[in-house]
Amino acid sequence: MVLLQISEPGQTPAPHAHRYAIGIDLGTTNSLVAVVRSGVAQTLPDDHARHLLPSVVRYAADAQPVVGEAALVCAHEDPLNTIASVKRLMGRGVDDVRRLGKTLPYEFSTGESGMPRLRTAAGEYSPVEVSAEILKVLKRRAEQTLDTAIGEAVVTVPAYFDEAQRQATKDAARLAGLNVLRLLNEPTAAALAYGLDKNPEGIYAVYDLGGGTFDISILRLNRGVFEVMATAGDSALGGDDIDHAIAAWIMQQAGIADDADHRQLRRLLRDARAAKEALTDATQTNLVIENNGATWKGTFSRAQLDALSDPLIEKTLPSCRRVLRDAGLTISDVLGVVLVGGSTRMLRVRERVTTFFAREPLADIDPDKVVAVGAALQADALIGNRGAEDMLLLDVIPLSLGLEIMGGMVEKIVPRNTTIPVARAQEFTTYKDGQTALLVHVVQGERELVVDCRSLARFELRGIPPMVAGAARVRVAFQVDADGLLSVSAREQTTGTESRVVVKPSYGLTDVEIERMLRDSLEHASEDVHARQLREAQVEADQLLQAIAVALAADGKTLLSDPERAAIGVEMTRLRELRDSKDARIVREGIRVLDHASQEFAQRRMDAGVKRVLAGHRVDELKLPGAG
Amino acid sequence: MPPFVADKNYFELFGLPVTFDVNLTGLTERYRSVARETHPDRFVSGSDQERRLAMQMTAFVNEAFQTLKDPIARARYLLQLRGADPGSDTDTAMDPAFLSEQIELRERLDEACDAADAKARLGHLADDVAQRTQETTDALRIQFMRADQLDKARGLVRELQFLDKLRRQIGDLEERFG
Repeated sequence: MVLLQISEPGQTPAPHAHRYAIGIDLGTTNSLVAVVRSGVAQTLPDDHARHLLPSVVRYAADAQPVVGEAALVCAHEDPLNTIASVKRLMGRGVDDVRRLGKTLPYEFSTGESGMPRLRTAAGEYSPVEVSAEILKVLKRRAEQTLDTAIGEAVVTVPAYFDEAQRQATKDAARLAGLNVLRLLNEPTAAALAYGLDKNPEGIYAVYDLGGGTFDISILRLNRGVFEVMATAGDSALGGDDIDHAIAAWIMQQAGIADDADHRQLRRLLRDARAAKEALTDATQTNLVIENNGATWKGTFSRAQLDALSDPLIEKTLPSCRRVLRDAGLTISDVLGVVLVGGSTRMLRVRERVTTFFAREPLADIDPDKVVAVGAALQADALIGNRGAEDMLLLDVIPLSLGLEIMGGMVEKIVPRNTTIPVARAQEFTTYKDGQTALLVHVVQGERELVVDCRSLARFELRGIPPMVAGAARVRVAFQVDADGLLSVSAREQTTGTESRVVVKPSYGLTDVEIERMLRDSLEHASEDVHARQLREAQVEADQLLQAIAVALAADGKTLLSDPERAAIGVEMTRLRELRDSKDARIVREGIRVLDHASQEFAQRRMDAGVKRVLAGHRVDELKLPGAG
Repeated sequence: MPPFVADKNYFELFGLPVTFDVNLTGLTERYRSVARETHPDRFVSGSDQERRLAMQMTAFVNEAFQTLKDPIARARYLLQLRGADPGSDTDTAMDPAFLSEQIELRERLDEACDAADAKARLGHLADDVAQRTQETTDALRIQFMRADQLDKARGLVRELQFLDKLRRQIGDLEERFG
């Protein structure tokens, strides 16, 4: 873990101390890491000058996991232990994974909380752990290139990723020893990379077709402001599906039986992908397929590829129509279209996108690198190296959030395409006399029935005093943060009973499981769990003390009375003492007390900041023409 | 009770007068200025307290902007501030003229779906709804200038909510037939 540099309270840190934060594109097929150096965002290559890291992890018995090219070459020989496209499994349950069926040649078992575990020769691993291995390699690559420890990153996710998928991504980063500064949506990252906000205000569409996911987003861009108006997509549709269609065609042509073994399937997928890529620059390519000793030779033409890809490209168009409708726009309102994702290299994809939007898309920046570049730009801004005051990224929640109510129906609390962060609340009540508990089931999706939506989490609000049915007033509050992650709390209004039960994620890792994984991982094996918890609490205490010290230096005299300032000073002194204790709980209690004591001050500072920016606007700017 | 942060209502948050008419360009500029100031991205390296406060504040700012941007939400909020929340009802049984208009529009929607030229009919219906919405909004503007006529304003807001719901239903159906 990287320790933050903490200066003496009362002194601001050296303004020229340079910190690096990296941008990571954790893709279905390939992953990349990028960083801003000397004002330029660049992806970082490995020792062999390769920028793309195949998102493939091999778990051989009695060996360390192997990630990247080295794992990829083993894919067809050792398919059960070589995990590719793990992104498709993130935030998914065992049922989802079973439905993906033949396309995934892995063996699964169910872990706690319904999360699937991949059975490999080296043990059972969740998709989160597999992704963490990929992130670790990228982290190390950045550290070696920049010759410094790296602890912070912006990690991208498809805009259409739901809550469970996002949380899984954040958990993977945590396991890899990275503090996620922001989960950034891939289309927004691309818009950042292209610098489209530097043009006059305009509406842009970002068409992002990766290996396993498809996103379409409409953004309004203007001088540092990136406002997502609407987003749609399919988190289970991508270039991989085209590979499968080609492989199926080859099997048919070559007379290979449907029950081909896993090895054969992986080899076919590899050949299918190679053929697809070859046809970007040629109109025809040769195929040589080994089948149980026999060799089949054939040709694969551009026309055949187009025919196979069309139905899949067609599936992206309803989302494009819906996103325009949700944004209240027509095709003619769109100023430009940006292509993102390796699959957009396909000529057929470019043709069909051009036809749909009636204009040539932008593709100057390498579609494989553009997302990582955008992530690096945001990472750099967030840690304060660039003018973060200039950038405003306003993203949206892609799918409606709701609660299960009587009759298996969904009550929508936060509609899709609502700008985040967002906080909403709604009141519910009991349906039976004397009911003392409410089961809160949180779901995500657009359908009206709970069974048709994705289950996110369940928790119980207990301790409701027995009342007549319908008398209790339970307020359920939803809060979605800037990463698109949800927190839910419930409170019975007449008694003030707050929900005391931990949210159980439907397809995610519980905090207990993550703790265990962190403990098991080699980096922490030598360290006691208590020691780590103590260290984390101390870092947080130091952070709070420093933040308040800076705030007092800036606004302490103007926003606080002498007694108020003294009261905060007392709690700061107390925390400074408690912080050296050997018990994390004592440190945390001290943090809680100081937090509470300084909250009012923090609120006043924010209000003052808002007043300051509004003072720059003159009141009569807002008079309507002709008004008296 | 409408949500408040630090005792401010949505208009006060942006330094705007509490009126139905709002300059949308000005509102957007102020929203962006304020959002830049409070957004969690500014506090990524800050303490948990700063991040938490930024999140709550920005959620409030976003809510304020979305409410004031949309005429119907804005009207409803104004009524809430004056203690006359119309709720999300579309029930205007109070006014027979509105009631018969609702029945007529619903009938046209049902008939359009069964007709051969469904798409064209839906298009015309959408245009009519848009016009009715404009007329009702104008009437509402006048009502808001008369501080005492809250009941009438409430009825008009309910009517707008009905028209808006209809507009969305037409949109969904157009997508199906389109």
